[in-house]
Amino acid sequence: MNPPTERILNDTIVAEIKAYFPRYPTRQAVTLPALHVVNRHLRYVPLAAVVEIAALLELHPADVQDTLSFYGFFKQDAPHGETRAWVCRSIACALRGGEEVLEHLCHKAGIAPGQTTPDGKLTIEVAECLGACEFAPCLLAGDIVHKDLTIEQADVFLSQL
Amino acid sequence: MPDFEPVLLANIGKPESHTLKAYEAAGGYRALKQMLKEKTPLDVVELVKSSNLRGRGGAGFPCGLKWSFLPKDHPGPIYMCVNADESEPATFNNRILMEQDPHQMLEGTILGCYATRASTAYIYLRYEYPQALNRLEAAIAECYAQGYLGKNILGTEFSLDIYVHRGAAAYICGEETGLIESLEGKRAWPRIKPPFPAVEGLFRKPTVVNNVETLCCVTHIAARGADWFKSIGVPSDPNNPRDPGSYGPKLYCISGHVNKPGCYELPLGVTCGELIDRHGGGVWKGRKAKAAVPGGISMGLLTAAEFDCPLDFAGPGRYGCLGLGTAAVTVLDETVSIVDFLHNTTRFMAHESCGQCTPCREGTAWALRLLERIKAGKGRLADLDLILEIGDNIGIIPGTTICGLADGAAWPMKNSIRKFREEFEQHIKGTNPGGYMVTEAVRALQVIKVH
Repeated sequence: MNPPTERILNDTIVAEIKAYFPRYPTRQAVTLPALHVVNRHLRYVPLAAVVEIAALLELHPADVQDTLSFYGFFKQDAPHGETRAWVCRSIACALRGGEEVLEHLCHKAGIAPGQTTPDGKLTIEVAECLGACEFAPCLLAGDIVHKDLTIEQADVFLSQL
Repeated sequence: MPDFEPVLLANIGKPESHTLKAYEAAGGYRALKQMLKEKTPLDVVELVKSSNLRGRGGAGFPCGLKWSFLPKDHPGPIYMCVNADESEPATFNNRILMEQDPHQMLEGTILGCYATRASTAYIYLRYEYPQALNRLEAAIAECYAQGYLGKNILGTEFSLDIYVHRGAAAYICGEETGLIESLEGKRAWPRIKPPFPAVEGLFRKPTVVNNVETLCCVTHIAARGADWFKSIGVPSDPNNPRDPGSYGPKLYCISGHVNKPGCYELPLGVTCGELIDRHGGGVWKGRKAKAAVPGGISMGLLTAAEFDCPLDFAGPGRYGCLGLGTAAVTVLDETVSIVDFLHNTTRFMAHESCGQCTPCREGTAWALRLLERIKAGKGRLADLDLILEIGDNIGIIPGTTICGLADGAAWPMKNSIRKFREEFEQHIKGTNPGGYMVTEAVRALQVIKVH
């Protein structure tokens, strides 16, 4: 017999997921909220967590994985950095230098979009329109939108990580 | 034209505008109390119907009519989904409404649920708006404490719960049936209609999906009446009995190469040029405009000579664009290459295509590869006709896809190339002098990646 393996989802995470149950008439509808809860705690959603989420929601793991893989938002191989910076590349930001800011950030941090720095501090992602176009170019990190970015301000952002 | 007194943005910028206290001090929730006391749900539907309010999310479908499609005497539950998945590039009016005046939207949502007899509403909020999430959660908690939400609202039989449901950065979730699928916990693949959501929507129950700004308009129609709403905007065409007109105030977003990018509330029907010069502060750096997007990139492109286009529901269509869309104007100055513009919009659409319908999934990606090749200096003139052919064959207008995302991808292609063909040809001839006339097929292994 295999020894019992350690759970990925601790009691806090499970309780947070279960708190969503009364909101919806089906368990499957809790998929996206559950993925967000796990991602907030672990910064990724490994396959083992998918299996545990599926058990909580009375689904097959493939159902959860199917939804997860559609979004391209949840990493599965390794956690994203302490800061996950979404740099906008859509039209309003691109017209005001968004692509240059993205290129500069990637160059300075030594990573490509989607990658994490070796010290685990920063992940840079390309974003499609952040809906803050009056402040273009901009990036979203955590709950904060960094507005009207210049190359100098991008450096300040990196130095404050 | 006299200056327009803002209604939807009246509270924006005031101190603590996101709190219940400030909202009630400005007269908030009075309309809700009055409607719940004096009007039946059917009265509210009729009121909104008579106002000719058209949905602000992009398609412009009459809101009251949508509500009246719900089956009568359904045992329930009926659901309301608030579409707060504003992802159309250059659009940010819903964000401002939710961050700075969430109660205005909640009052409209409660009124909408009362009218449609919905007992649960889900606000489908895009991931990129964490500040809106915090403000909405706080505002909903205030409503429960004040008795505007929960069981037996204001002592009536009417009960309602509102929950915020967070998306995960996918444009397609703004399509109403994609939104419903996503809410149900599945991949956000739009559904084939019919059945329409009003008959079979969320959890296979009758469902209404309304945009944030539409519901904010409902609040003011309830407070000021349908006649007030119809005193603003562009009347319906007397020669077209099916034209519901373009009534009411509209939030116009203006971004790109202007001096004062921002969100401005104006009567429907302002011209593109007036919006740019009078409200957006003109084109930046003293330059001239080359073109503008009339309402989110899906709608296509207006050339600088077409800036007399009125931005109402019928206007952009007369200039070869898809429609008003989200009324988000993005200005391109004379230095912008239309090749770059089209590459950017096509990259967006190829990235956001959900992959369900082959014409959209393959068409957008194919057009993107062609544009990457053109940008890399390997373009041929024949590529332009190929992109146009793709554009003419994807979408619900030619009838090859389930939802309108592909139409949104096609219109920038068709408008850019048909209105700026010379610039594309010059670019191709200039960057590929030896090969621009070649027409034989490109081998798959020679695909070029720019980004």
